[in-house]
Amino acid sequence: MTLARTLSAGSNLSRRNFLVASAAAGGGLILGLALPFGRSEAAGSADFTPNAFIRIGSNGEVVLTMPYVEMGQGTYTAIPMLIAEELEMSLAQVRLEHAPPNEKLYANPLLGVQATGNSNAIRGAWKPLREAGATARTMLVAAAAQRWGVDQAACRAQNGEVIHEPTGRRASYGDLAAEASKMPVPESVSLKSPQDFTLIGTPAKRLDATAKVNGTAVYGIDARPAGVKIATLAQSPVFGGRVKSVDDTASTAVKGVQQIVRLDDAVAIVADHMGAAKKGLEALRIEWDDGPNAALGTEQVARQLEEATLKTGAVAQNVGDVEMAMANAATRLKARYEVPFLAHAALEPMNCTVHFRKEECEIWIGSQAVARVQAMAAQALGLPQDKVIVHNHLIGGGFGRRLEADGALRAVEIAKHVDGPVKVVWTREEDIQHDMYRPYWFDRLSAGLDGEGRPVAWSNRFAGSSVIARWLPPGFHDGLDLDSTEGAINLPYDLPNFHVEYVRVEPPGIPTAFWRSVGPSHNVFVTESFIDEMAAAARQDPVAFRRSLLSKSPRAKAVLDLAAEKAGWGEAVPKGRGRGVALQFVFGSYLAMVADVEVSEDGAVRVHRAVCAVDVGTAVNPDTVEAQVQGGVIFGTTAALYGEITLKNGRVEQANFDSYQMIRMNEAPTIEVHVVKSEEPPGGLGEAGTSLIVPAIANAVFAATGRRLRKMPIGTALAKQGN
Amino acid sequence: MAFNIEINGKPHTVDVDADTPLLWVLRDVIGMTGTKFGCGMALCGACTVHIDGVATRSCITSVHSIGESKVTTIEAIGATPAGAAIQKAWLDHQVVQCGYCQSGQIMSAAALLQSNPDPTDADIDNAMSGNICRCGTYVRIREAIKLAAQAGKQGG
Repeated sequence: MTLARTLSAGSNLSRRNFLVASAAAGGGLILGLALPFGRSEAAGSADFTPNAFIRIGSNGEVVLTMPYVEMGQGTYTAIPMLIAEELEMSLAQVRLEHAPPNEKLYANPLLGVQATGNSNAIRGAWKPLREAGATARTMLVAAAAQRWGVDQAACRAQNGEVIHEPTGRRASYGDLAAEASKMPVPESVSLKSPQDFTLIGTPAKRLDATAKVNGTAVYGIDARPAGVKIATLAQSPVFGGRVKSVDDTASTAVKGVQQIVRLDDAVAIVADHMGAAKKGLEALRIEWDDGPNAALGTEQVARQLEEATLKTGAVAQNVGDVEMAMANAATRLKARYEVPFLAHAALEPMNCTVHFRKEECEIWIGSQAVARVQAMAAQALGLPQDKVIVHNHLIGGGFGRRLEADGALRAVEIAKHVDGPVKVVWTREEDIQHDMYRPYWFDRLSAGLDGEGRPVAWSNRFAGSSVIARWLPPGFHDGLDLDSTEGAINLPYDLPNFHVEYVRVEPPGIPTAFWRSVGPSHNVFVTESFIDEMAAAARQDPVAFRRSLLSKSPRAKAVLDLAAEKAGWGEAVPKGRGRGVALQFVFGSYLAMVADVEVSEDGAVRVHRAVCAVDVGTAVNPDTVEAQVQGGVIFGTTAALYGEITLKNGRVEQANFDSYQMIRMNEAPTIEVHVVKSEEPPGGLGEAGTSLIVPAIANAVFAATGRRLRKMPIGTALAKQGN
Repeated sequence: MAFNIEINGKPHTVDVDADTPLLWVLRDVIGMTGTKFGCGMALCGACTVHIDGVATRSCITSVHSIGESKVTTIEAIGATPAGAAIQKAWLDHQVVQCGYCQSGQIMSAAALLQSNPDPTDADIDNAMSGNICRCGTYVRIREAIKLAAQAGKQGG
């Protein structure tokens, strides 16, 4: 599929017209069927396909297949940079295609499945995709050398051509494609040294930007196969409930309504357009059987988790002897922390278009895990996997929501009853009330300090849902998974006696899923708040206290120092304002954040400024690194100030952006991002800003008011306390 | 019933209920998908279009209410000086992330610049706070609007 559907006639905006032009060329392709991805399939073709990521046509067209999805995080620019760097091409010479579902070819090496999440794309792609580019380059050079009868060592690739230095002969990649495809695939290739990089490390303009400013970018919700009908739905307001009865008399009378599809636990209205579908839905009278969760409330879930932390859990990390150290400590601290359920609220509401044709099914969707969609749809329909064709699209916000296939399965269920293609679009209310939520977590911590205020013991036992246990069962073993504990263990600090346990508790009546910054979204808030509590108990400056514990982590110390310096740490702040710091090493990246907040008389919290220092290793596209931290800070600020999903009588109480509030332009802080130069392999960054800003804000509120907020969101907590 | 509406300078006839929101006429009936659905209640601004040059939420604007007014969408905003300046600033400043809200952001920003060529921070807050960006591009949106305003002053 292509990123833009139609050529933007007369557009003179674009320095990236190749992307827009891809529309016309690629619009009719059916991925997974028409393209020669594997080398063996390409044998004898005039195209050169050294691997599943690169196709060079004899017409000179260079197509890169993107194994990970673009949901705003800049993958569709950074991944091409990795390939093009080694292939010796400019970004302006390539065209991009979404990868089809294929776990074998496109699995992320770090996840083992074809999915985009956990800030893994660049980390997973760093070596293999540069090798993919280098392999192609090596074969193109070999082909040119053979054609000219010269030594390969005298030839070099540059800007889409191979050049023979001594004679000045040159041939374009397209011209060499057919011959290159017959060259042996090198067993190993040498990668460029960082000092020779021309793309990696230099800010690059996003390849998807033009289509996104002129309305031609195509998201899943924009798919319009011929004859498509639009459906919207009402799902049981209580998870696990059922439809008891439906009176559709008024709905069928609505102009444009074509069909009403009744499922076990949902009703869908199929119509000519969404306006009619929504009107039809409003006219429906549905009686629900609420089922076993009819009385469920958030408080019940929270107490279940709290009780679970009184029992022992699986030991995630143990260093030294916490019990003995605690017994000998001069000062002891105890604290309980809680974080709420959160919805993803991606701006593109859940949607999926399905054309079920009995023996075959075609799906149009924007998915973070397209192979999962294919496999689960095939299973639900009893079809072989290759009979389910999935077209992936740009994603209007993922944040973990689109790692799940529930929306696709729901659309498939509806499509089974519909003749022809149907696009199922969730209303915002359905999207928020039938999300799969960031888990609620409860943490019980204790710590000990010696007579000089040095930490001697740290103990943390926390309880909550393991998303991995459901989503990727082999990833959960011995009561643990790497996501639930990330940010709670392997802290950058030197803590001589350290003990962390995790208790898996699956709440009833509410589904959970990954949410931007996953495990750290909860763990970093807790650990960085608690370390701040320890600094306060030791009567030490929060930066100095952290710094004294970082002798074994120079990269962490460097970002902490940089953030403190840039933020003017230690300078006086006006009354009612406070400055908070937080530090993390998660997703393979080091970040430090200083937040400036103001707490008004009535307890309202305003975040004025966030200063972030980042050591992400090699910053592949430094502009994206900055953008992701900026966005992550806004996302996390929304969570810290407003984010909360609550249940009452089994129903989610929030419904739209009035009751599930987002930070807006007038509340956005200024955000400064300082990137440390490094040649280390890249870490992940799409999520890191989100987890870190939350404790930075909470610690700043403490600095401003002396009040320690151990339960998110901040919301009206300060007002309630009569600040 | 049938309604005649002018979108981006072209006449269209659509046969829908009078209370059908313009958003669905654009997206589903006519097939112009640049204008986005986000909330359906004028809370997020993703569906913003111009009606006679005024930024308007198409998700709560009935097709019946449009009458002779001229509708401009993201697909044609580049043909206006303010729209072109905003789109260029968006690219120069690398504003977009997922991009889904950006049609609406650009329509709101273009309307602002059309009526106020030199907006202050408070003007920008007023004009743009109805548009949610879940990816959090606000910092760059603010800078891009200022950049476009600056270019307007220099370039005339």
